[in-house]
Amino acid sequence: MNVEAPGSRSARARISGAAIHPGHGHHGEASHGSVRSYLTGFALSVVLTAIPFVLVMTHALPAQSVVPTIIGLGLVQIIVHLIYFLHMNGSSSQVWNNAAFVFTLVVVGILVCGSLWIMYHLNVNMMPGMMPGGQ
Amino acid sequence: MNVHPSPLEAQFAFDAVGAESHDVAHHASSTAPLGFWIYLMSDCILFASIFAGFAVLRGNFAGGPTGLDLFNLPYVAVETACLLVSSLTYGLAMIAMERNDRRQVFAWMGVTFFLGLCFLGMEIHEFSELVARGAGPDRSAFLSAFFTLVATHGLHVTAGLIWMGTMFVHLWRRGLSAGNRTGLICLSLFWHFLDIIWIGVFSIVYLMGVG
Repeated sequence: MNVEAPGSRSARARISGAAIHPGHGHHGEASHGSVRSYLTGFALSVVLTAIPFVLVMTHALPAQSVVPTIIGLGLVQIIVHLIYFLHMNGSSSQVWNNAAFVFTLVVVGILVCGSLWIMYHLNVNMMPGMMPGGQ
Repeated sequence: MNVHPSPLEAQFAFDAVGAESHDVAHHASSTAPLGFWIYLMSDCILFASIFAGFAVLRGNFAGGPTGLDLFNLPYVAVETACLLVSSLTYGLAMIAMERNDRRQVFAWMGVTFFLGLCFLGMEIHEFSELVARGAGPDRSAFLSAFFTLVATHGLHVTAGLIWMGTMFVHLWRRGLSAGNRTGLICLSLFWHFLDIIWIGVFSIVYLMGVG
């Protein structure tokens, strides 16, 4: 963990760089972020929330691209929140947090994709007329 | 005191005994957020299974109302704004904590609490209106899954508000002590985590339900 005076050159560089390089912006005592990094995250978040709401409310998208767009923007917004609000980064002090996070991602991926996959095939195979002896 | 206190026990022990068990508090403040993070990851898996259930059942309307009939997107946008702004104000409370400014911690936490309360009030209002229109959780599989998912998030917000209320009392009585700082850090993780879950809720439930 870095220990340095708040006014030192590297501390200043870190605070001003936090908005640009979030992955390297938070170490040691500055792990709760700066006002600027919170405001950056908030601004990005507002934009990423407003876009899908406006697109859906104005019916601006063709039907087949609504779901991928909403999910894509939602994932980007989740990453923004993880970086700017939960202060996730690749620093060595967060190794265990990140390990737990990656493990959770794997479990969540298996859970959600697996459920949808199984239930989709179940639905398809239960369609009337699909069974060999059915009508 | 226990011989081998767990981080959370150690924190409580510190709160009870006071400054003389300083080592224990240091231990707690370095490991408690990691322990709390692991709890959040398990909570994440809980929500993932409810999301998976909702995703499977979201088209099973049983001849009842669909998302397009029920959801009011401007209303949901205001709910979303409440939670989003409350994440920002909680962040500002954390910065005030870094500066040892207890008055500002109280102020920003107060704003956060108010916004959380607004969100919860709006959600309860939405639920009661749906039930009054005959679109309660017993109407269709889609609505069962909807109420399960959104109410689970709402219960978490309620728990967060209760926790915030107890933090006010702790802060009032002991100020920004090591134990209270640990509590504030863990609560900030919880609050921002709930905002992330809400991103999934408004995207998958409301926007995909209407769009």
